[in-house]
Amino acid sequence: MDLSAINPILLLASLMVAATAVMIAALGELIVERAGVLNLGVEGMMITGAIIGFAAAVHSGSPAVGFVAAAVGGAGLSLLFALLTQVALANQVASGLALTLFGLGLSSLIGQGYVGIKPPVIPKLNIPLLSDIPVLGPILFRHDMVVYFGILLVVLVWLFLKYTRAGLVLRAVGENHEAAHALGYKVVRIRVLAIMFGGACAGVGGAYVSLVRVPQWTEGMTAGVGWIALALVVFASWKPWRVLLGAYLFGGVTVLQLNLQAAGIAIPVEYLSMSPYLITIIVLVIMSNRRSASPASLGKTFHAAQ
Amino acid sequence: MLTLEKRPQPSKALSYITPVLAVIVTMIAGGLLFAALGKDPVVAIRTIFWEPLFGEFASYYRPQLLVKGGPLILIALGLSLGFRAGIWNIGAEGQYIIGAICGAGVALAFYPLDAWYIFPLMVIAGALGGWAWAMIPAILKVKFGTNEILVSLMLVYVAEQLLASMALGLMKNPEGYGFPGSRNLQQYPAAFNGELIAGTGMHWGVAAAFIAAIFSYILLNRHILGFQIRLTGEAPRAAKFSGVKPARLVLICMGVAGALAGMAGMFEVAGPSGQITLSFNVGYGFTAIIVAFLGRLHPVGIILAGLLMALTYIGGDVAQSRLQLPAAAIQMVQGMLLFFLLAVDVLTNYRIKMTKREVA
Repeated sequence: MDLSAINPILLLASLMVAATAVMIAALGELIVERAGVLNLGVEGMMITGAIIGFAAAVHSGSPAVGFVAAAVGGAGLSLLFALLTQVALANQVASGLALTLFGLGLSSLIGQGYVGIKPPVIPKLNIPLLSDIPVLGPILFRHDMVVYFGILLVVLVWLFLKYTRAGLVLRAVGENHEAAHALGYKVVRIRVLAIMFGGACAGVGGAYVSLVRVPQWTEGMTAGVGWIALALVVFASWKPWRVLLGAYLFGGVTVLQLNLQAAGIAIPVEYLSMSPYLITIIVLVIMSNRRSASPASLGKTFHAAQ
Repeated sequence: MLTLEKRPQPSKALSYITPVLAVIVTMIAGGLLFAALGKDPVVAIRTIFWEPLFGEFASYYRPQLLVKGGPLILIALGLSLGFRAGIWNIGAEGQYIIGAICGAGVALAFYPLDAWYIFPLMVIAGALGGWAWAMIPAILKVKFGTNEILVSLMLVYVAEQLLASMALGLMKNPEGYGFPGSRNLQQYPAAFNGELIAGTGMHWGVAAAFIAAIFSYILLNRHILGFQIRLTGEAPRAAKFSGVKPARLVLICMGVAGALAGMAGMFEVAGPSGQITLSFNVGYGFTAIIVAFLGRLHPVGIILAGLLMALTYIGGDVAQSRLQLPAAAIQMVQGMLLFFLLAVDVLTNYRIKMTKREVA
């Protein structure tokens, strides 16, 4: 074993990359849950976004087109969930599971012709001046666009929820849909929009896995990141900034265990690969006594009685 | 304008009809999907749902119905108890893997001893393994209020890594020329879970599934615990007032589901699969969720749904080899089935009414 082979600067830099997919997906789910809807289909929407984004990027030669296509694909798939839970008033837990099972099948069907292909490379930004700062430069300022988009999204979601009227309405719908309905807000419409935003975010997060993190297509490649995104929302007590924190924690664990694998530590690879999931469980346990933070109408079906 | 009006009671007749309706709609949608893939939809549907039962090689395929249906039914029966009470154990896949590892572990520990008690010990080990794996989310939920959905699911990924570690390390066949995977239990008579009646596919796992269905029926309809489970699902507040202890219910429901899933894994590794390999688990734990819902969380319904789902697996294999229909298409159709079921279920709980749009 050679621990000195692990470069802390590279480690921190790749931590930011490893955190991005789960962060974007979790932010989408955060909005969905603040609107009072529990969508367990994040994994299914991510994997679908991963293959749609991959396919679009390969055919167009442009990663940007890939990300847009992934967002559209994720949002489209989430519409199925919206239809089930908001129109057909089906159980949200079951519908979310159905979405994940369906998405896994759909993605491997689409992905058949894409195994072993290399996607177009996304350029690193190398921000002038800033990227030359020793230590901080390589860690913070030499990433691709999507890493910064993820951080920007944290800020935007935070501003939206805290300072805009629409954000207030969304929260009202999530806390008490009966009252929001009585005030004349369109509960179903707001929730459908939130679900679609969540789907788009999950799609982009998935595309980040297939286009940047890995970058290639393999079946089931998101490997539970969508579920970790769901756990992250709980960890974050439904607050955007804490999603950022949690995503970096998760990214750190992932990168560290990969580095330890590469350094040839005496722990078998399989046990190291378990660690992100185990850490997620531990974090869930620590955070679970703060139940009160969850939106009051979360997971409840709304049916406006005439 | 169409509006929904909640029925005072869910319609009993419709709750029987909707699963059939969902299957029919899925067949139509599946046919469209197959047509989009360039296959003749009628031939594809016939190959999947008809050929394995009544086709030319039916005598070969029919036993597979029980082989594949057995684990699905066994797992789904366990899950249905929790689902009824609003306890969401969706990590059955992990419990299935751990059950298989524990069962195979016992067998490999005794190898090559030939004794009657090895197989029963394996069953117990498998059940205990699945039970213990399910107890992790259950105890965390009871003690700390941790979300059982996420924990049980995370443990699936942990179990998969453990399986890989076993196949490559501890349980690797010392006479396997370095290939990953354990000794084949089919060649170890004391541990082999063979067919009970030759040519039927009936092995101990299938027998266990039917026994479990009977017990589950009695539990739900004739026992106070079953009443408490149903009450908690339908009216949680009333359940609390009537003295139901939610923590106890969580431990029991998760424990039973885990033990049954663990047993299913053990029967599989000792029989049809034969060995612990990297690709041992094929998603029965997740498909069983569909089975549980399609079967209306009712033991008899689950048996029928399990057999139907097994049919899609077998028919999917046939269609794959004969029509080059991708395996993923079948997986998608299985997912669709749950979708359509949830969608048409609205008819069970609500009445669709025509109303005039009101002027504010």
